[in-house]
Amino acid sequence: MRIFFFVVALMISYTSVQAQDMTALVTKVKAKLDQVNDYEADGNMKTDVSFIKAPIGKVKVYFKKPNKFRLKKEGGISLLPKGGVSVNMSTIITTSDFVALAAGEAMIDGFKTKIVKLLPTNEASEIVITTLYIDEPNLLVRKAITTTKENGTYEMQMSYGAYANYGLPQKVVFSFNTKDYKLPKGITLEFDDNEKPLSEAQKLKNKKGRVEITYSNYIVNKGIADSFFK
Amino acid sequence: MWTLTQIELYKIFRRPRTYIAFIAIAALITIIQFGLKVDGKSYADFLMKDIGGTMEIDGNIINGYLICYIMLQLLLVHVPLLVALIAADMISGEANMGTLRLLISKPFSRTELLLAKFFASTVYTLLLLVWLAILALFLSMWIFGTGDMFLMKSSYVVLLSENDVFWRYAGAFVFAALAMVTVAALGFFLSIFAENSIGPIVATMSVIVFFTILSTLNIPIFNALKPYLFTTHMISWKEFFDIQVNDANEAIVGSIQNPQKIVNSALVLIVHIFGFVGGSIWIFNKKDVLS
Repeated sequence: MRIFFFVVALMISYTSVQAQDMTALVTKVKAKLDQVNDYEADGNMKTDVSFIKAPIGKVKVYFKKPNKFRLKKEGGISLLPKGGVSVNMSTIITTSDFVALAAGEAMIDGFKTKIVKLLPTNEASEIVITTLYIDEPNLLVRKAITTTKENGTYEMQMSYGAYANYGLPQKVVFSFNTKDYKLPKGITLEFDDNEKPLSEAQKLKNKKGRVEITYSNYIVNKGIADSFFK
Repeated sequence: MWTLTQIELYKIFRRPRTYIAFIAIAALITIIQFGLKVDGKSYADFLMKDIGGTMEIDGNIINGYLICYIMLQLLLVHVPLLVALIAADMISGEANMGTLRLLISKPFSRTELLLAKFFASTVYTLLLLVWLAILALFLSMWIFGTGDMFLMKSSYVVLLSENDVFWRYAGAFVFAALAMVTVAALGFFLSIFAENSIGPIVATMSVIVFFTILSTLNIPIFNALKPYLFTTHMISWKEFFDIQVNDANEAIVGSIQNPQKIVNSALVLIVHIFGFVGGSIWIFNKKDVLS
């Protein structure tokens, strides 16, 4: 009986140590991201949503700690996935109120990563769970899957370049689920009926959307006024 | 021929009724612009209701380019009625005043007379469109500014870059001119048969309204008819604002989704113009003019 209790106690303490380890890793990643107080970057944004026809556009991205984010497109109109998703790692790991649990390892883009499940302790949090794929030697998040209460699940995949030491990605691919879009033809005054019914595979593909931003010219910690984000 | 056309133009522009169309267009456009300037955000929210579930749209959607598109959608259905006011009066008006017989006794052929009258009504139609362009496009650009153009179609949305919009409007207005000249030709054709203006004006309006309703109804039995109705082709100006995408779903700047449709519709309208004007000349040359 004593041996049984000993084994159970050992397992509990082992799991706890594992969770602690992951918290430490996430804290280290957060500390790396915290080096950046603000940044400004140029980028090219590509929107791939079945019901949107949009050209690749030049964008300017602004960020300021803790979670101020703004994306401005040349010419004025930008389309981003719903939910205030700021296409930015710093805002996902913005809070310290989380529990980090280990969930194995995986290869992302040829990099060995630790899978960490991030559970917010605050019940009012919009985020239900975030899965981070952390490249431990470089302290970089290679991929993040976030499930929210209101806006479904979205996935971010990041690749890094010259600004990897700040944890700032060179390219972010943002995947999300889309809802159906349909307007009555009476409103759009489209009289012809040339639409062919979609196959099941097309319908499934149409439910997925992607936004891809390739960054260049980061300007880090030069100061951005708060009023800029209003 | 040019002198005859000038005379016809003089006759058109000295009648007060000619200016009704210009005033009506100015009034409608300024009211829409005022409404959108005051409460454009609510209108934009209404438009975005369906897409808002998935995407967040940032930027000035209600800009001069979108407002012009909205106005063309509304007005190009009704401008034919204003065109008919003049075009359908060209021959019947003379008959009504008892001057037609006198006119054809002058030393020029009936064909020359008809062509001069048709060219004059075409000039009036084109001036109406230029007026529409000045108010709907240039004035809106001045009041609301320019930017990317965000368009809602029934099953997708189109985002056009700012530098990819203006040439589309140039094309759309040229196409709209073709559509309105078709209406003028129809009114002109019908005016051959009447001795007062009311009949051909109402008849032209009725044909436009009747065909437009048939074009709008999405009932299978009428779908087969639609390609043969010129009203179906009159709205092909909108094709200028649809863009092609490549395999990676990137919109190709400077492209048109279905250029062949524009060409086909333009040809249908040109055939109608030649048909109506040719028919008018043929019938009028055989007609025994008594008034």
